Amino acid sequence: MITIDNNYLKEQIASHLGKQLLHCEETYGMLCVETTKESIISLLQFLKEHSELQMSFLTTMCGIHYPDNKGKELGVTYHLHSLVNNIRVRIKIFFSEHDCVVPTATTLFDTANWMEREAFDFYGIKFEGHPNLKRILNVDHMNYHPLRKEYPLEDATRTDKDDHFFGR
Amino acid sequence: MNDIANIPNNNKAAKGGDSKDSISGEYTTLNLGPTHPATHGIFQNVLQMDGERIHSTEQTIGYIHRAFEKLAERRPYNQITPITDRLNYCSSPINNIGWQLTVEKLIQADIPKRVDYMRVIIMELARIADHIICNSVIGVDTGAMTGFLYIFQWREKIYELYEEACGTRLTTNVGRIGGFERDFSPTFHTKLKKFLKDFPQGLQEFSDLLERNRIFMDRVINCGPISAERALDYGFTGPNLRAAGVDYDVRVMNPYCSYNDFDFTIPLGTQGDTYDRFMVRQQEMWESLKIIKAAYENLPEGKYHADLPDFYLPPKDQVYNNMEALIYHFKIVMGEMKMPAGEVYHSVEGGNGELGYYLVSDGGRTPYRLHFRRPCFIYYQAYPEMIKGALLSDAILTMSSMNVIAGELDA
Repeated sequence: MITIDNNYLKEQIASHLGKQLLHCEETYGMLCVETTKESIISLLQFLKEHSELQMSFLTTMCGIHYPDNKGKELGVTYHLHSLVNNIRVRIKIFFSEHDCVVPTATTLFDTANWMEREAFDFYGIKFEGHPNLKRILNVDHMNYHPLRKEYPLEDATRTDKDDHFFGR
Repeated sequence: MNDIANIPNNNKAAKGGDSKDSISGEYTTLNLGPTHPATHGIFQNVLQMDGERIHSTEQTIGYIHRAFEKLAERRPYNQITPITDRLNYCSSPINNIGWQLTVEKLIQADIPKRVDYMRVIIMELARIADHIICNSVIGVDTGAMTGFLYIFQWREKIYELYEEACGTRLTTNVGRIGGFERDFSPTFHTKLKKFLKDFPQGLQEFSDLLERNRIFMDRVINCGPISAERALDYGFTGPNLRAAGVDYDVRVMNPYCSYNDFDFTIPLGTQGDTYDRFMVRQQEMWESLKIIKAAYENLPEGKYHADLPDFYLPPKDQVYNNMEALIYHFKIVMGEMKMPAGEVYHSVEGGNGELGYYLVSDGGRTPYRLHFRRPCFIYYQAYPEMIKGALLSDAILTMSSMNVIAGELDA
């Protein structure tokens, strides 16, 4: 009997990804791995179809933006959950904002459809092969991707809210 | 989302699809929503109708999008709680407490048992309120107004309890990071005892009106069904998934707030249709009642908040008389708390499914990124599949039984 825990999961992911496993750590009880966008679909498929792990539930996925990480500005985070073994994993990929084309996960999970549309809407990440990649929450004629860090929440021209006393 | 003026130009479905106009074409286009009295919120569905049956559906969402994820990137952690109110506003306390639990997980706070139990009481009251709304509205959509009118007074009683616990009713902002802002008042105890004594009768009355009602059953059985496999593939959680027969409940699978102290069962359906969703919610209300009773009877003594001077506001009299307390008060109000850098995902069982918070902190005063896993945003995309081939009136019923809340859908 194999104990299905984070160590086993880590071994399995490491043996599947090989050199494509860029980073691996355990934070707050959840295993968090980083891989490349080329191997993300094969990893998701591997975990989904793994006979022991059965991580077939895509809990959520979302974009993230680190403007200072040159060459790796944009990212997508996937959360997979195995309802059989009650174990979760967080998978991250990072890529350049000039080449933000990622293969779609809709081929594996129907639920990825709107999640990818949301990531496209807010971060401009293009999911290759997505059946209906268009904005979901914002208006169609919006010409920017609002959750990127270069769009400040407040009007940048305001001068009445100077709070440099607080180190900001 | 389309501008209203743009719909005829951009929206293929609105033109009648398949390049034929609505009259001579094979299908009739019906624009259901965005503001339609039968959709209980701002949802637009452009339906292609074959007579009375639905051929295909094109959904448009985002009409009340308020950019919560962006707002959260500018707000200190304490000030994000009121944002979460506006997600699933039928059960705001669950959202509030879910957020506080996420932050407490990030700072690895030690929470007293009494706080856990108080939170369980509040959250289960919220679950009952949420299910009351959903189930009574299913009744209304089948033409049974009476049940709705009768059971809604119990939701009012729950809102009175919220009011006693935190001062507000709908958007509760209940609790703080570390616990509650105040202990349960004597009136709360009186009202809760009365609620626990009287509510079973009210719920039974509602059950008697609908559960075995022949007309109601004929109307809702086999309406908008979904199989367990499809439900899982579409990321269903909560009562909708359990109605399809999958016993996934975050309270049991990943217990938080000492839920493992309580003995309760997870009601399951088999068909995943409207009747099963209705029945699962009915049974969950009884289970919630059981949990509240157990939590209230065993409510531990102790403090109603954790010892977290960096995050939890000191008592007012100390703020005025004690330098340390004043400093902490100032720092907390100005959002200058020391946050560890890190990433955390935490989920709670919300009124309609797994409500998750993915929080990325870089150690700054605000989250670097906060993503809400909103259960109804994820499962509402299955709606076209569930109503394909159904009657229009069944589509209305399916939507109300899925408990799609516009605030949560659009974040």
